[in-house]
Amino acid sequence: MIFIFAVFLLTLLVITAIAIVRTKNLFVAVMLTSIFSLLMAANFFILDAADVALTEAAVGAGVTTVIFLCALALTGDREKSREGGRWVARGTVGVLALLIIYATFDKPRLGDPMAPVHQHVAPWYLEKTPEYIDIPNVVTAILSSFRGYDTLGEVFVVFAACIGVLFILSVPPPRKKPAMVEKNSGLRHHLIPQVVGRLLIPFIVLFGLYTQFHGEYGPGGGFQAGAIIATGVILYALLEGESKALRAVPRSVLLGMVVGGALLYGGVGLACMLMGGTFLEYSVLSSDPVWGQHLGILLIEAGVGMAVCGALLSIFHAFAARESLS
Amino acid sequence: MKLLELLGYFNYWVFAIILTVGLYAVISKTNLIKKLIGLSIFQSAVFLMYITMDKVEGGTAPIIQAGVKDQIFSNPLPQVLILTAIVVGVSTLALGLAMVVRISECYGTIEENEILDAD
Repeated sequence: MIFIFAVFLLTLLVITAIAIVRTKNLFVAVMLTSIFSLLMAANFFILDAADVALTEAAVGAGVTTVIFLCALALTGDREKSREGGRWVARGTVGVLALLIIYATFDKPRLGDPMAPVHQHVAPWYLEKTPEYIDIPNVVTAILSSFRGYDTLGEVFVVFAACIGVLFILSVPPPRKKPAMVEKNSGLRHHLIPQVVGRLLIPFIVLFGLYTQFHGEYGPGGGFQAGAIIATGVILYALLEGESKALRAVPRSVLLGMVVGGALLYGGVGLACMLMGGTFLEYSVLSSDPVWGQHLGILLIEAGVGMAVCGALLSIFHAFAARESLS
Repeated sequence: MKLLELLGYFNYWVFAIILTVGLYAVISKTNLIKKLIGLSIFQSAVFLMYITMDKVEGGTAPIIQAGVKDQIFSNPLPQVLILTAIVVGVSTLALGLAMVVRISECYGTIEENEILDAD
């Protein structure tokens, strides 16, 4: 039954992808991207990846769409049609698709327990997590402890991308148009979004905090929590206007979160070294190694959550502020 | 049985189609925002492939339940890789969009051929 549902969802996914590429209206394309992400999240859930589904739903359907819309407001939403060369491109990607499909017959079937990917380190992680780390969610255990270096790198990439966006968008625009009359009013005059949004925002932020602190026991963790809380604040900004959202969470706080989150992560690593372990070896943080792991994971997840939430919100505000500048 | 075996590859076929649809948008569209949308579709296709590989027959999400013995878990490792990749993906996408916004302000257009003509 679930199998038929999966095939249905995947077919919808293909249809949405083709519709996104075919439409000339970029606004439509962006809204379809949001649907695409939601379908993708449902697929991830069917494939047992609860943590990834949560991330994709919050980031793909929420934050990405808003950032795309902010950029569209600055660039215009019509795509000009273009002549020639289209059939060459279609032929090339068609041949490529057939080649990849031909190659898939060499891959192990979906769900094959003997597939090479399940024979390498994954069984070791599943077996040793209760012994070394003792938290139920193996994904969180791998993310923050076994592969802590990797995650540290990802946090720094998010940090660097955020700094990059802020630098690029802080250059004053070349020519100023006359200021718009209606400035940053948000959706204040629309009753239904107001009422529904006001009801939703506290629960979105609460759910984000739950995901943050319950990430060791259920699906969730810093990445998801950061994205969910960011969507809550972005919703507030859309409803009440950007200036009010900035008054609630000022820019300096957001930057502090990005820098502080990355520093907290790196700092935990250094603290481990000071206490006689290697970088990011949480076991030395407490006299009981398992407790040390718990403490380390809690701290670095908090760092990840702060950094991701701060970075996404800073990026959103950078785009939104540009809109009122130009 | 034969049909079901073929359907076991369906996820990979969808991966192939979405990947090439995204690639098509990147190489054939001139609008820079459309190119970025294509790039994010391409990226999602890769995510789908990784997550497809993590599925184990009869398995469940890799969250250990106390007191339940002999559970089969899906592979947690691809999930970890993709989870972080999604968040990194949105940050790099924002970086790309920021550049498009600057290009639009300098050239007054985001169509690639018009930008090349203006240069």
